[in-house]
Amino acid sequence: MHISVNVDGVTYADEVEPRLLLVHYLRERLGKTGTVVGCDTGNCGACTVHLDGHSVKSCQMFAVQANGHEITTIEGLARDGKLHPVQEAFRTNHALQCGFCTPGMIMQAIDLLADEPDPDDETVRKGLEGNLCRCTGYQNIVRAVQDAAQRMKPGAGPKIEQHSDEHVTAKQPVGGE
Amino acid sequence: MIPAEFRYLFPSTVDEAVRMLADEGEDAKIIAGGQSLVPVLRMRLAAPTALIDIGGLTELTGVRDDGDSLLIGAMTTHYEVQRDHLIHDHALLLKLVTDTVADPQVRHRGTFGGSLCHADPAGDLLAPALALDAVMIIAGPGGRREVPAAEFFVDYFTTALAPDEILIDVRVPKYTGWGAHYEKLNRVAQAWSIVAVAAAVQVRGGTIEAARVGLTNVGSGPVRAVDVESALVGQPVSAIAEAALRASSGDGYKDNLARVLTGRALTAAVAG
Repeated sequence: MHISVNVDGVTYADEVEPRLLLVHYLRERLGKTGTVVGCDTGNCGACTVHLDGHSVKSCQMFAVQANGHEITTIEGLARDGKLHPVQEAFRTNHALQCGFCTPGMIMQAIDLLADEPDPDDETVRKGLEGNLCRCTGYQNIVRAVQDAAQRMKPGAGPKIEQHSDEHVTAKQPVGGE
Repeated sequence: MIPAEFRYLFPSTVDEAVRMLADEGEDAKIIAGGQSLVPVLRMRLAAPTALIDIGGLTELTGVRDDGDSLLIGAMTTHYEVQRDHLIHDHALLLKLVTDTVADPQVRHRGTFGGSLCHADPAGDLLAPALALDAVMIIAGPGGRREVPAAEFFVDYFTTALAPDEILIDVRVPKYTGWGAHYEKLNRVAQAWSIVAVAAAVQVRGGTIEAARVGLTNVGSGPVRAVDVESALVGQPVSAIAEAALRASSGDGYKDNLARVLTGRALTAAVAG
């Protein structure tokens, strides 16, 4: 099946098998190996990317379902050689040990900060519920997310990582908050 | 693992989706958010010949005010349910339950209707749908029909949907001003409930006027604790402890959990 997907600011047109998972498309077709496969069961969140500005597990959807949408991976965050503030906060707070969960943690942390620009400890932990760190290095990860919140005021949203000139395709919350 | 091969179809209207289901036969499967189905396909617990992706049916997304009730589109995501002001004002229990579903990534993709159709007895949305007297609005080759939640959940992972039917909307009566709480017992992050209790209570002047109580994961489907509900009507709030003892699961360990969690859920619901 033919698909057209914008990944990290570049539009790709490809022929894919319907059963090809998005994470395998990103890694094996596009060479975006920064997005990793951790558990293969939808639990660990290491493969988290953004679909139209919202975090999703890329092992839990097919590439064909991303047709016509905008994907941001961990590889699309840095600008002109400068790390994204959340990446920078993870680096300076030593928020990683083996580093395998880090791409997913960072992508989910950015999503969390879009909804909760100044999260307390509990909010960070809840917001990262879908990401597992097998080194159990959670303390520094929580610190890094809170540090990133301070670096990023007034907040990171879908707009901050938008690559195309078109309007933001992200769904806005329906109600208040 | 890699799923077995399937044909992928992307209808642009409900009627087209229904036609595709009929044409493809009973080995075709609807995919909504895919957060339960994709893992099942990857483990090859199922191998449908065709997937009909209703992700393009924007007509099935969103919550509408319909007088005495709300109409929740089947493709409304958990994330949208959590933030919808109509649900917050008129069906607070659904928001509180949805807050506990899986994790943020899954809530961005997973849908309200998809969870109900998957009918996992440990799924969180079944008990509140039953307790709140939700009605499923279903499209099929013969037109539309409505099925109350009490008749929709048939057995483990089994609903009243025929192979050629699609859930399109869920009607939920308004519970404006009711207190609500979801008391969920699980041991680790993103785990399913061991047992959970969904409670909504209407209290006026210290008297319970009406109560709705649904139990998650105590049987092959959601269970409504009707004995608890009727024991509370017209009683002061202090009657909760006694009434909660009427909750039952028919199983020793879970029986006890059902009673304890019902007491906690009702107490928290009353406290608002």
